[in-house]
Amino acid sequence: MTDLGKAGLADTALSNTELRRALASTWSAQPGLWGALSTVDHKVIGRRYVATAFVFLALGGVLSLLMRLQLSQPEARFIGPDRYNQIFTMHGSNMMFLFAVPVMQAMAVYLVPLMVGTRNIAFPRLNAFSYWIYLAGGLLLWIAFVVDTGPDVGWFAYVPLSGPQYGIGKRADIWAQMITFTELSALAIAVEIVVTVFKQRAPGMSLDRIPLFVWSMLVTSFLIILAMPAIMIASTSLILDRLVGTHFFNPAEGGDVLLWQHLFWFFGHPEVYIIFLPAVGMVSTIVATFTGRPVFGYLAMVMALVATGVLAFGLWVHHMFVAGLPRLGESFFTASSMAIAVPAGLQIFCWLATIWAGKPIFKTPFLFVIGFIVIFVLGGLTGVMVASVPFDTQVHDTYFVVAHFHYVLVGGAVFPLLGAIYYWFPKLTGRMMSEALGRWVFGLIFVGFNLTFFPMHILGLEGMPRRIYTYQPEMPWAGLNMFVSLSAIVLAAGFALFFFDAIRSARWGAVAGANPWGASTLEWATASPPHPYNFAMPPVVSSREPLWADAVTLPVAAGLRVDRREVVITSVVEGTPQAREASVGHSIWPLWAALATTLALIWSIFSPWAVVWGSIPIAVSLIGWFWPKGAPEDES
Amino acid sequence: MKENIVLDLRELPADGLGTASPSWWGTLAFMLIEGTGFALSIVIYLYLMSLAPRWPLGVPPPNLAAGTALTALLMASLVPNILIARWAREQDLRKVRLGLIVMAVLGIVPLILRAFEFPAMHVKWDQNAYGSIVWVMLGLHTSHILTDAIETLVLTCLMFSRHGDTPRRFGDVSDNAMYWNFVVATWLPMYACLYWIPRL
Amino acid sequence: MRAARVLTLWIAAFACGCSGNQSALAPYGAPAMHVEHLIVAIVALCTAIWVAVMLVLGGALWRRRQPVETEIRQSHLASAVSAAVAATVILIAGMTIASFYTTRSIGLPQRGSITITVRAQQWWWQVFYASSATTRGFQTANEIHIPVGQDVHVQLESADVIHSFWVPSLAGKQDLVPGRSNSLLLRAEKPGVYRGQCAEFCGLQHGHMALMVIAEAPADYTRWAASQSADAMPSLAPDAAAGRMAFLARPCAACHTIRGTAAIGNTGPDLTHVGSRQTIAAGLLETTRGSLAAWIADPQTLKPGNNMPIVPLTSAELQDISAYMESLK
Repeated sequence: MTDLGKAGLADTALSNTELRRALASTWSAQPGLWGALSTVDHKVIGRRYVATAFVFLALGGVLSLLMRLQLSQPEARFIGPDRYNQIFTMHGSNMMFLFAVPVMQAMAVYLVPLMVGTRNIAFPRLNAFSYWIYLAGGLLLWIAFVVDTGPDVGWFAYVPLSGPQYGIGKRADIWAQMITFTELSALAIAVEIVVTVFKQRAPGMSLDRIPLFVWSMLVTSFLIILAMPAIMIASTSLILDRLVGTHFFNPAEGGDVLLWQHLFWFFGHPEVYIIFLPAVGMVSTIVATFTGRPVFGYLAMVMALVATGVLAFGLWVHHMFVAGLPRLGESFFTASSMAIAVPAGLQIFCWLATIWAGKPIFKTPFLFVIGFIVIFVLGGLTGVMVASVPFDTQVHDTYFVVAHFHYVLVGGAVFPLLGAIYYWFPKLTGRMMSEALGRWVFGLIFVGFNLTFFPMHILGLEGMPRRIYTYQPEMPWAGLNMFVSLSAIVLAAGFALFFFDAIRSARWGAVAGANPWGASTLEWATASPPHPYNFAMPPVVSSREPLWADAVTLPVAAGLRVDRREVVITSVVEGTPQAREASVGHSIWPLWAALATTLALIWSIFSPWAVVWGSIPIAVSLIGWFWPKGAPEDES
Repeated sequence: MKENIVLDLRELPADGLGTASPSWWGTLAFMLIEGTGFALSIVIYLYLMSLAPRWPLGVPPPNLAAGTALTALLMASLVPNILIARWAREQDLRKVRLGLIVMAVLGIVPLILRAFEFPAMHVKWDQNAYGSIVWVMLGLHTSHILTDAIETLVLTCLMFSRHGDTPRRFGDVSDNAMYWNFVVATWLPMYACLYWIPRL
Repeated sequence: MRAARVLTLWIAAFACGCSGNQSALAPYGAPAMHVEHLIVAIVALCTAIWVAVMLVLGGALWRRRQPVETEIRQSHLASAVSAAVAATVILIAGMTIASFYTTRSIGLPQRGSITITVRAQQWWWQVFYASSATTRGFQTANEIHIPVGQDVHVQLESADVIHSFWVPSLAGKQDLVPGRSNSLLLRAEKPGVYRGQCAEFCGLQHGHMALMVIAEAPADYTRWAASQSADAMPSLAPDAAAGRMAFLARPCAACHTIRGTAAIGNTGPDLTHVGSRQTIAAGLLETTRGSLAAWIADPQTLKPGNNMPIVPLTSAELQDISAYMESLK
């Protein structure tokens, strides 16, 4: 077999070792700092993204401990009202925009290409750009907080409090622009995921053979695409009201205060499913591996994901049940908010059926799934409670709701995420985390979480509103608040131990093989950690659980070039190969574009002319990005 | 794991075109995002209108001349646009180069007409909520015309350069044409909303 | 074991939650009672559901398995899952219907025989009583009186940002939204003092924006309304009289109204009968001579960021003005 002449050197021309050497040379990043700044390898970017998100998690956790310190006693004087208002706003905004959504997307950036059997994510430079924009948005918010200009209007920034009249200084503008940064980065990844899943799957991987985690990321990406424009428009309108005098939210000039709430929550409700659905995918993956059998009811699980995604857009008014809207309209949203419990319940029942029919292996990832079921079901049930308008009139904006959303977010997203980290850690780093410490982490977090958040249900029913920096000694809340604050220390200890184990294991953990858990999906067919090119030859798939179908031999496709980066393009439904597509190599232009965008966005907090003048560097950097460089990938 | 070759990909084309191209799907996804944004802006318009005692607020309905002329021009531009898409599929470099020059001009002229639409609204953005939403709707669409015009200009330069004659570049031209269809298509409901709903 | 601990906590908490005057679980008004019944029913049902799911989880994890398992029939699993989904649909539908029924039982606010307008401010409650057959209309602040056993229509407005009117022992909450007028039905079945608190984050002192609703026998209520609608009685005590002079001479009158005097400011609460109120500064302090003096001397330490500035007074003026405030019953 010879090379393809002008058409380049194919992998069929090389022996095994030659092939791997050639691929490594074609697909590796440049060395050193330049390499780190210009890499477009989804694994490097994905790991970087996950690590950054966990840094934000730790920072947000510190904020919550500060709040619990201040609330441990009535009329405490540890933190004044201004700083406290910044702290709770930062806690919510940081956790929702800088941790929860990005970390799920980051896991997808790393895992989805591997799970569908391709070599890189679609639009690799956009992937790099997304990370820089995310980092810039996070830095903007935290630097503002450090210099006492952090937003102080709550993570959903209701007008008129955040508007031009009552939101003094630039605090609310910084919040609104942080939104722009994070939504931009999230939308970019969503587009990459959709295109990767639709067009870059392994030959033979028809839609009904893709892993449930990939399905959940696909549905999540569509949610992001359809929901985030709403908050982009909302935050832009807020900045316009504050900066150039528009009247979107000014009732005196035809605007409406509740317009903000409609726009925000039309995004805000799908947002929580954007956080939850990836976790659903993680749970499905872990349940399958640790019961030794596929999840029961693949079709039902996919339908449940899609139904949840669709229904998610029909619930938003349940955040506005006490705003004074017409009763009939509110009743519709009670019905729809209750109805979404059905697909969620279906998923729980399918997992229970899987566990029942399988053989549970009680390793740390699976412990977190058990914790998820205990905590998330409780949170889902309090969700059914707040879906009822009359019930909600008593608990809305109280600690009951704080308890509810922490149960569904921590139980429903963080527990699966922690399990996922223990599970995929060997793939990302080549080493195992500690099973012994893992049990301690699980135990401390499970107990600490319940002791911290369960009493909040009671506090809410006993009349304690949200977002108060202190409370009166004559109220019957002091005892439970002190209990909650002390319990938070247990929870914090669990997380501290987790971080300790993760950092320690990355260097000194037990070396892991390609498939330490005996799992079934394609990422476990690569080395741990994978080579830059992922697969020496693209796998060919003929079942849902390729590595359980054959644990020894991997069917592959030959014929891709090794002297330029190539991936296989396959059809959307059947996964039939259609083309060999060039996959872009390293580039510094995403960083330039991100810097230009950051400059324009931050400048526009202070002047509307930034939109005009700031566009010029952006345009220049985008032209540089897309102009062909004469690389082999630009040939065809 | 051992590898077993079961498929040969060498006969596959070296670049996907149309729906076999990732950038076609990326363009489609971008259209979905922006389309949602346009739809939301119309919803906001209708919402604010539903709350108002009179609409438009305190000013007469917009003057039809500039907006209608722009709409007619955009519709007319679809003809060369569809042609260039076909030429790109056929990978005819000479015709594509000509078509791009035409589309570059047709990308810039609407901006001049658009400049006249803002005063035709009879209201400033900071006068009231009606002024705010109509300026934002016009601004949103203008940013799309502008970015597409710049993209067309860059593509024109590219197709005249040494990098021009590759299937991928022709794919870029056809994606750009598809996006221009979108820019025109999204204008139609915006036009109906801005100019005709106040007259109902 | 953890479940038992959680259950004990729940029971204990319920026990102590059933007291206090700001608890949804200790209702004294018909609207709150309807909601409390719904709360108890739904919580009981959901607890049972959660326990059932945990039992199935426990069974799935720890059921005795044979060394060599025969494959469980797919159809059995499918039946179990389908039955569970069907049960979910039925229970969800039941809870939805119960919720609608509760809303209907509570009824509409507009049927109230008395209308009170509350205008929320950062960070206090402005209250307007319309004139009736027997009394003139009047304004007060932070304390509402209502007759026992009668429906009261509370009209809700806001002067600045969104607030929320919440007296949990009497009714659910409703927001006060600038540019809109909302309504709430308030009703007390027994005489008593019911505490409420702003329940929508409204800025620096959202945490110190409480209000008192005092339900009285109808005769007592009528007497209260009559005395509130009267102008301030000039006090004969020398320190109160001196205080009145000082009040009018100092910036106090620029923000506050005392009907029957030259003070007609309307930025801050109406003080015509401040001495008759149980608390001052929106529920922050009990109304005593000492707390009045402390508040007037330094409102910013007690409620940092609130809109009342520190007005420098001599200690004699402070004493006299506090005496005057206390005398405004």
